[in-house]
Amino acid sequence: MVQKLDYLKETTSQTAGPYVHIGLAPGAAGFSIFERELGWDIAGPDAPGERIRVEGLVIDGTGAPVKDVLLEVWQADANGVYAHPEDPRSAGVAPGFRGWGRVITNFDTGLWGFDTIRPGATPGRGRDVQAPHLNLWLVARGINIGLNTRMYFPEDAALHGADPVLRTIEQRDRVATLIATKTGPGAYRFDIRLQGQGETVFIDV
Amino acid sequence: MKPAEFYMRDRTLHPPAHHPGYKTSVPRSPRMPLLTMHQTPSEITGPTFGHNDFGPLDNDLISNFNHGGDPVGERIILHGRVLDENGRPVPNTLVEIWQANASGRYRHKKDIYLGALDPNFGGCGRTLTDSDGYYYFRTIKPGPYPWLNYVNSWRPRHIHVSVFGTSFSQRLITQLYFEGDPLIPLCPIVQTIPDPEAVQRLIAVMDLNASVPMDCLAYKFDIVLRGRRSTLFENRLEGN
Ligand SMILES: [Fe+2]
Repeated sequence: MVQKLDYLKETTSQTAGPYVHIGLAPGAAGFSIFERELGWDIAGPDAPGERIRVEGLVIDGTGAPVKDVLLEVWQADANGVYAHPEDPRSAGVAPGFRGWGRVITNFDTGLWGFDTIRPGATPGRGRDVQAPHLNLWLVARGINIGLNTRMYFPEDAALHGADPVLRTIEQRDRVATLIATKTGPGAYRFDIRLQGQGETVFIDV
Repeated sequence: MKPAEFYMRDRTLHPPAHHPGYKTSVPRSPRMPLLTMHQTPSEITGPTFGHNDFGPLDNDLISNFNHGGDPVGERIILHGRVLDENGRPVPNTLVEIWQANASGRYRHKKDIYLGALDPNFGGCGRTLTDSDGYYYFRTIKPGPYPWLNYVNSWRPRHIHVSVFGTSFSQRLITQLYFEGDPLIPLCPIVQTIPDPEAVQRLIAVMDLNASVPMDCLAYKFDIVLRGRRSTLFENRLEGN
């Protein structure tokens, strides 16, 4: 008998279910309980950078909008710094900039949206530079384990070729599923397709 | 020595995205494989929370929606630790829970089950783990409830749990079940889990020692998040 490894096993994921709002956005479930709900203010009032709004739909394999999704975003500030102690430049992040947010879809239309600032490019591994992006994580009824993806900006096309995630996508047509559409000044549209034609690239982070 | 990437997620412990027995997963599951990548600073960082984010009753579901009395149902303490795969505690991490009341009814505008709402029960709570990774809530044991997967499908008693860890790649949502519940093996959502031992690890165990005599029983539920490599050699993660 060989020696034994004593790692613990990761806790198994289960779907967030239809009532995820009760726990993570109780106001949307229809009642008020916490003085402050978390995640509605991603960037705070004082962070420098271009203020933007991102909206979109999550669309299921039949083409219908998914109306009970919860999305979380994690992003760097305009200088490409994460508000996290392991980012060596995190001391320079503006007070009030958390870089994390949480939104839910409209129960009738499935539309979601959030206001934030446009992130800067971030370091990757070695000498890599990552094009500006938002890290997204979505959960819903019917999604057994949270899905990770990224949203990139159409203006940064010159940086996309070298981006360590985008350059890894084998089917080049699928790169476009991670790039938002600009719909107006500071306004972006990013639809996420769970399945089928135009399926969004989801990432094993 | 600086810690580096998180261990690869063992997907055999998790339900596949597409599981025909859980019908809603069929149209909501990607068909293409997930993109494999090496972690970057975007994956090894994540949001942090502080005590200023919370109120004093946020982890007490017996009191945090008090409208003149306590909720009905079995009073319980839910407690445990958040650890990583290396067995190390995960301190100061956000744990959020939500659940049905003792009748199996959720305080949610989309829940139309005939089980009664409880005027004194909201059904959500949140807390930060302490420096040992320990957390606790006080709540009511939730009731089972029916749902239309098959015509007579019932969810076992369960509490939904959301955990952050220290990085966005550790983010996890799960559900905990209660020891001895006969509905557990019948549940289509539990049945999405391929590994029977992984199911057992989602079942909270009755913990008499942690109970408060003449007040409430306790259940223990430990949570394990992805662990992390230590950098014995150059890891080339950051641009220097
Ligand atoms: Fe539930």
